[in-house]
Amino acid sequence: MAVVNWFRKHVIAIVAFLIFFFLLVPNFVVVWMSFNKPSGKYNVKWEKFSFDAWKNPLDDGILHDPLMLSLEIALLATLVATVLGTMIAFAIVRHSFKGRGFVNSVLFLPMAAPEIVMGTTLLALFLNTFGVSFLGFKSILIAHIMFCVSYVVITVKSRLNGMDPMLEKAAQDLYATPWQTFWRVTFPLVAPGIGAAALLSFALSFDDFIITEMTAGNSVTFPYWIWNAVQKGIPPQVNVIGSLMLIITLAGIAVAEVPKWLKTSKAH
Amino acid sequence: MSKDTDTRPRAVSERGRARVDTEAGDLKLVNVTKRFGDFAAVKDLTLTIPQGSFFALLGASGCGKTTTLRMVSGLEEPTAGRVLLGDHDVTRLRPYKRPVNTVFQNYALFPHLTIAENIAFGLKRRGVKDIKKPVQDMLDLIELSHIGARKPNQLSGGQQQRVALGRALINRPQVLLLDEPLGALDLKLRRQMQIELKRIQTEVGLTFVHVTHDQEEAMTMADTIAVMNMGRIEQLGSPTDLYENPKTTFVANFLGQSNLLPGKVAGPVGEHLQVVLEDGTRVLIPAARNRAGGEEVIVGVRPEKVSIHSSAEDVPDGHNVLAGGVVTDTSFVGVSTQYVVKGPYCDEFGVFVQNDGALIHRPGSEVVVSWDPSQGFGLDGKQDIDAGAEADLEAGS
Repeated sequence: MAVVNWFRKHVIAIVAFLIFFFLLVPNFVVVWMSFNKPSGKYNVKWEKFSFDAWKNPLDDGILHDPLMLSLEIALLATLVATVLGTMIAFAIVRHSFKGRGFVNSVLFLPMAAPEIVMGTTLLALFLNTFGVSFLGFKSILIAHIMFCVSYVVITVKSRLNGMDPMLEKAAQDLYATPWQTFWRVTFPLVAPGIGAAALLSFALSFDDFIITEMTAGNSVTFPYWIWNAVQKGIPPQVNVIGSLMLIITLAGIAVAEVPKWLKTSKAH
Repeated sequence: MSKDTDTRPRAVSERGRARVDTEAGDLKLVNVTKRFGDFAAVKDLTLTIPQGSFFALLGASGCGKTTTLRMVSGLEEPTAGRVLLGDHDVTRLRPYKRPVNTVFQNYALFPHLTIAENIAFGLKRRGVKDIKKPVQDMLDLIELSHIGARKPNQLSGGQQQRVALGRALINRPQVLLLDEPLGALDLKLRRQMQIELKRIQTEVGLTFVHVTHDQEEAMTMADTIAVMNMGRIEQLGSPTDLYENPKTTFVANFLGQSNLLPGKVAGPVGEHLQVVLEDGTRVLIPAARNRAGGEEVIVGVRPEKVSIHSSAEDVPDGHNVLAGGVVTDTSFVGVSTQYVVKGPYCDEFGVFVQNDGALIHRPGSEVVVSWDPSQGFGLDGKQDIDAGAEADLEAGS
């Protein structure tokens, strides 16, 4: 009876724990396996603890090029998609123009369409318009910007819609020029949305595989390299880079959240 | 166009200069019209608001009062007409270039800035240096110095309201616009803020233009009230003037309550006019308070000016008397008792009797109502007798 009561009392906590466990366990495995020293080419079975992979994260330079290509594309795609998407979101929310509804639904297409369809379609487009030599950095970048823009627009739009339009009027009433109104009021209030959109874009671009594989030509991105490597063997360095990504993400969240958290805990 | 709005430079004598200076801050709207598509929100409005006055634009929602306010602040541009601040034509001036500030209906405080930063916003945009002291003084004035570092969402409604006021006042605008500033507060706080606002206005001496649907709020605070209806001003005057001597049935019904009885003018009796009501009863109205040009007239009297009696013998001499009524509803509200009387003259005749210990007439009692003829008024009989009554209900007052 006591056990049943205890269970009843803690059932929500238990379910929550199980969900978090389910969500986070793969991340822990990634970090854990990065300290493995596999005897063969495949880093899939735990054998021996070692810092070897962490001391040589690029596996003697083999990983350097794919990783750099992926980072470069992700950063550029994020930048362009965020600026472009933010501007589109402002246009859609703030102005009524002919074809606004159409633009709105077209923006959903890259998210709704299966990636494999988008990939093959883009490949056909690039081949027919620019020829095979165009495939590579430029084609991947264009493809990534295309699908990232949709996510940016959706994210920024919802933030903008949630903003009280009277705030900008109040700023104008208080002697702020349109330029000052944007930078002092609109931008700071929409910034969290833009930031989230940028993070999302980076993550989507960095790990995209299907569309990239179709449009890459001879270029090899990081996810593409891993996929190829599976056939020959995966070095623990892949786990190291995965762990680093995780650490960078956590650090980013910490920088954003900890001051807020400290503030509220001080206030109470 | 009058000389006052002439923008040419002119030579003025010392006396002339003084006259111009006192007029410098008057807010003038000249033949202002605002159309949204086919709908005219404001129709050919001409209005002068003297510098330093507390002016209220009163009307139900959709009457054009907020649109009028926005044309003064610059957030809307008039379709036709001119807006003048003294001699300065501001009709096409961008809102951020006008010496006018607004207290918005839902305050529109900047959520990402602290209270002090919200208050400093206007000064900073104008490039004012040394803003520390004026901001501190303003925080003191609105009694929020202790929470200047908080964000707006940590404040109560009344505190937010004061921040909105302080944020506008600190700029010492020529005109301060208040757009239903107390609408979001509960009754008790609203009363408190009404007194507070009036006090601050008297202290700083700025022109306040207050938009509201709440007639009590307008009467409590404003020196002058303009009652607006369907894009036009129905009547403009002091609160007592509007209440005691309404010009139209709309004003009579919207501002407080009125008993309105249609009739025909029979002829003058001394300083009064004799009117024959529809049921044949003859009553007197003051000739000076008759707005009707023709024979058809609506006799009006406020419920609190009417007394109620069990028999005609109790009626004081000289009163207008309406006999043959039956009480249909009695509500005792402490300070007064409110009756609804049904008689041959009117189906729902309201009477408010102060609680002076007199007998309370129960529903079903036969009563006679009477009032001093000097307290009545006459309106043009050709208008809708119920105008403004629904708007009043809508406004929730």
